[in-house]
Amino acid sequence: MDSVRSDRSGGSRIPVALKILIAGGFGVGKTTMVGSVSEIRPLQTEEILTGAEGADDLSGVEGKTTTTVTMDFGRITITEDLQLYLFGTPGQDRFWFLWDELSQGALGAVVLADTRRLADCFPSIDYFEQRGTPFVVAVNCFGADQRFGPEAVSRALDLDPGVPVVLFDARDQVAARNVLIELVEYVARRQYASAGSR
Amino acid sequence: MDYDAGPVVRPYAMTQGRVAPSGGDFDLVAFVVATVPDLASGIQMQPEHHAIVAAAWEPISVVEVASHLDLSIGVVRVLLGDLRSAGLISLYEPPAATQPHDVDVLKAVVNGLRAL
Repeated sequence: MDSVRSDRSGGSRIPVALKILIAGGFGVGKTTMVGSVSEIRPLQTEEILTGAEGADDLSGVEGKTTTTVTMDFGRITITEDLQLYLFGTPGQDRFWFLWDELSQGALGAVVLADTRRLADCFPSIDYFEQRGTPFVVAVNCFGADQRFGPEAVSRALDLDPGVPVVLFDARDQVAARNVLIELVEYVARRQYASAGSR
Repeated sequence: MDYDAGPVVRPYAMTQGRVAPSGGDFDLVAFVVATVPDLASGIQMQPEHHAIVAAAWEPISVVEVASHLDLSIGVVRVLLGDLRSAGLISLYEPPAATQPHDVDVLKAVVNGLRAL
């Protein structure tokens, strides 16, 4: 398999790492989902405040030049040579620049949605559509009764045909894992389709 | 309780205020591997530099280094840039973003996830 780079003479092989983004509005279950399928760890992303773009009132703390954003990350070891990294994207809009870096080369994204606050996931969907990053929409049902089916959610979000919508419980490891499988299979289908049309 | 008070040293003090790694940036999931024991280096090594070299004896991703050492990504990148310039580590970038993902890899991921 040429997916493993073994160009390091005599040493350990370099694993292949794939990135998956877990996006969605505040409090929709991103941390819960990353935690239920992987060993979750916090990651500090110290970022620079440039002053000009800051929407924050810095009066009194003019000397403050950096701010810390913490995001969640988890790793799933598929094999010794293949690792899956999950990144819970920071929720606040002013951290879009972090998304750019996260989505660079990403396999795809899971957009979490809550049907009580569906509009919260619009920015994530717009973002991935614009970048051409494959994504699935996963409706976190919080164990409560879910009144809307996948088709209704798909219509309400005006999704392109073929974008999978699944209902799941982010706390459930198997359910969360199945969402990831859905995403990877969707990526494979898209790739197959684009290869066929070439 | 000391932890609650936050770090004693401001993060970028460790990098002498530098915010960009020398020799260009690299991906969050690039892998770091120590190339030689860190004894003979031409650079002024800080404890964090040594800690990174020690952690990278086996291949480790940039994001894991940051989490493992509880340092921010930005700081880790600068320190990795120093180590790369000094020839103490190698960095292996993930395959280019434009390159389609290998179908065999995708299959392996699905099978691996099913087996979880």
